[in-house]
This record gives sequence, structure tokens and C-alpha cells, in this order.
Amino acid sequence: MDAVIDSLPTYLKGFVGTLELLAISGVGALILGTIVAGLRISPIASLRTFAAVYTEVLRNIPLLLVLFFCGVVLPYLKVPLDYFPLALIGLTLYTSPFVAEAVRSGVNGVPVGQAEAARSIGLRFGQTLSLIVMPQAIRMVIPPLINVIIALAKNTSVAGGFFVYELFKAANDITNLRGDAVIVLLLGIAVLYLVITVPLGLIAGAVERRVAVLR
Amino acid sequence: MSASVLYDAPGPITRRRSRVTSIIGTVVILAILAWFIYTIAAPRTLANGATVVGLLDASRFDILSDPQLWQAVGRGLVQTLKMAAVGGALALVIGVLFSFGRTARSAAVRVPTAVVLEFLRGMPVLLMMLFILLVFATGSYWAGVVALAVYNGALIGEILRAGIQSLPRGQREAGLAIGLTPVHTRMIIEFPQAFRQMLPILVAQLVVLLKDTSLAYIVGYPELLRTVTNLGNFYGSRYTFTLFFIAFVIYLTMNLLLSWFARRLARRSGGRAAALARMPGAGMGTGAPGGGA
Repeated sequence: MDAVIDSLPTYLKGFVGTLELLAISGVGALILGTIVAGLRISPIASLRTFAAVYTEVLRNIPLLLVLFFCGVVLPYLKVPLDYFPLALIGLTLYTSPFVAEAVRSGVNGVPVGQAEAARSIGLRFGQTLSLIVMPQAIRMVIPPLINVIIALAKNTSVAGGFFVYELFKAANDITNLRGDAVIVLLLGIAVLYLVITVPLGLIAGAVERRVAVLR
Repeated sequence: MSASVLYDAPGPITRRRSRVTSIIGTVVILAILAWFIYTIAAPRTLANGATVVGLLDASRFDILSDPQLWQAVGRGLVQTLKMAAVGGALALVIGVLFSFGRTARSAAVRVPTAVVLEFLRGMPVLLMMLFILLVFATGSYWAGVVALAVYNGALIGEILRAGIQSLPRGQREAGLAIGLTPVHTRMIIEFPQAFRQMLPILVAQLVVLLKDTSLAYIVGYPELLRTVTNLGNFYGSRYTFTLFFIAFVIYLTMNLLLSWFARRLARRSGGRAAALARMPGAGMGTGAPGGGA
């Protein structure tokens, strides 16, 4: 136990690193993913194709490879070679197609009858979207989006293997220092991950149940 | 939801306008791509004043004709596939066990299983690999295999449970009514159906597993990505981009094939499974703890 108490500053530093990665790349992925989803359902064929290729490519390669590519390619785009921003960009890029798919399936999940009903009582395009379709779509999108964010929280650990200081890197460091208490130290790290993921999961479950009642 | 419901049928002016925006969209995308390729192909000046050639320069690709390179890449690929195959098979077994525990009648089994599942699903695979490597001193191969098997087993357990719960109650009742024991009913009536119904999602989960074998890189297992970076050290940093590109093509091909296979299965088994396979979370391993499946 004293090993855990001794390592508290390291835990804290790692936890803050993980939260930073999660918050910044989470917001980035939500924005980028929504844009890609918009392209994916847009009436312009070329934009649709581009978004589809983007989604399929990024979804089917490992996150670590995305990070490596960021390390090699981004310096050519004048991004300074520092691991933290590179990891942020990598995590954002990797997560964005999953966000895009969640958003797209939410919008597609609103039954056609809803829009038809809105049109038939005389609402215009903007009114149909803002009053009928979007409120339902957003509600349906939130649980899968939270699940994507949970996966992102777990994926931030990969950035630890990419020289960024976060919980996984912290785990590496403290177990190197205190080889005698590895189990307790790693359980401590595990608890910190659970502190992030379990509440998010509970929120997702609660929202899902509320939506289920609505339908 | 088709967009055409949202507005009236387009007239000639709208049609022309949409044709124009379509062309503009294509041009903008091509311009961005061209700029991107031009930028990475241009030589870069380092901080110390030295210049390195662009990423698409021919001098970066002359190793492609070296058979030794392909032999090494092949070895890495075999290691990756080996880890994915063993890990996947174990994950299926563990998943079946978890789904049994999670749907057990006795709360003494059900509740602890649920807690263990939540614990496993809320944690990065990488941390599990490190844990197994350090605590059980198994070596990097088994650390990777066991971590992948346990983590994906937990997710597969939940998938199978959802499959069992989606079956009509009559299936189980019929099994019990003809005198089968509950375990027997589960094995020969419920499981085969649940398994078939969830097959597309199970395959999607295996794509995740295949992608996650790359994490064994970090615990030092010589899989594809580790092989490629080692080759980069051997041939020199000039070839890093080329080698990553090879890995990129291999991973993309493998996973697209698996995903295509999953979609084909989804079409064949149809209905609910097809709808679930299109679920947004499928593919990221979004095992959300607490999120009811």
C-alpha cells in the first residue's frame, strides 16, 4: 500500500495526461466526425465518396500505425515534431470515423414517416429538420457517441507507448521503480481508468433506456 | 431517411445548381489531395539546416525489390496472424463461458461475473498486456494473446448474451418442456441460434482483435508493426515512410476482407443481425461498461 502512496504524484500526473488527451482529442473527433458525417449524407456524390473512403481507411488500420504515420508525415505539413500534439492529432483522426458513423446512423435512424408527417402538416425544410428530425436524431446519437468516447479513453493508453505522459506511461514508470508491488500499482492504474469509463458507461445506459421509453 | 422527403422535387434551376456544387465539391477535394501530395513530396529542411528528400521520392522506394525485406515482412505478418488466431479462438471460448456466467440462474454466479465483466471492459488492452507481462512473467507473446483473449472474450460474452436474450422465450421453454436440462437447452437450442444471429458482430469484434495485435508492439512482441520498425532501423530512417506504407496496405487489406466477409454474413442471415452489424460502435471495440446491450 505504501508503494501506491509513494507513487501518488506519478498517478496524478498520468491521470491528468490521460484526461487532457481524452478531452482535447474527444472534442476534436466530435467536430471532425460530425463534418465527415455531414459529407457522408450530403447530396454531392464526390463528397460522399471522399467521406466513405476516409471512414473505411481510418477504421481499418491500427491506432498505433495512425500515430506512426502522424510522426512521419505531419512534419512535412509544418506541424512541430512534438509527441503530445502528434498524439492528439492521431487520436482525433482515428476516432473521427467512429463518430461519423454514429452520427450518420442516428440521422438515418429517424423513421421516414416523421419527416413525411412534418412535411404534410406544412412545415418547411428548415422547420422539419430543426423541430422534428434533429431532436430525435441527437437523442439516438448520444449513447453510441458516449461509447466511442469510452473507447477513446481506453485508446489514449496507446499514446503512452508513443512517448506521451499519461496513465499507461505512468504505469510503466512506477512498476519500474517498485518491482515489489506490481500488482497493487497496476490495479491502482486500472481503477483510474475505470473512474473515467464506468460513469460514462452508466450515463450511456441511462440515456439509452430513456430513449427506449420514448419509442 | 431519404433527403427527398425533406423538400419538393427539384426543378431545372435547382438541378443545375446541384450539378454545379457537385463539380465544385470534386474540384475542392482534388485540390486538397493535390496540395497534400505536393507538400509531402516536397523536400523538407530540418532544424539543423540539412535537407531531406520528399516522402514520395524514388530513392525511398528502391528497397521494394529486396526479397529479404518481403521475407521479413512475411515473418511479421505470420506472427500477427498467429497472435490473432490464437487470441481469437481463446476469446470465443472465454466469451461463451462469460455468457454462461452472466445469464446463470444463481445470483452467486451472475453478480460476480457481471462485476468482472465491467472491470475487464473498462480497461485498456494495453494495460492488461503490461499486467500479464509483469505479474505472470509470461513473455510478450502470451501476454498479448491472453490480454486480447480476456478483453475480447468479455466483449464477446456480452454480444452472445444479447443474442440469447433476443431469442423468443418459447425456444427455451420448448427445450425445457421436452425434458432437456437447462444446460442442455442452452447448449443445443439457444446457443446455436444466438451464435448465428450475432455472427456479423462477432466478426467485427475479430477485426478489432486483429487491429489490437499491433499493441503487442509496445510489450515487445515481433509482430508486423514491430518488424516494420525494426526494418526501418536496419535499412535507415529514409525508408521509414515506405515501410509504414507496406504495413498500412497489409492491415487495410486484411481488415477490409474481414469486414466484407462480415457484411456478406449479415446479408445472408439478414434481419436483426444485419441491422446490428451496421451499428456504429462495431469496429472500435466500444465495450461500454454499464451500457446495456
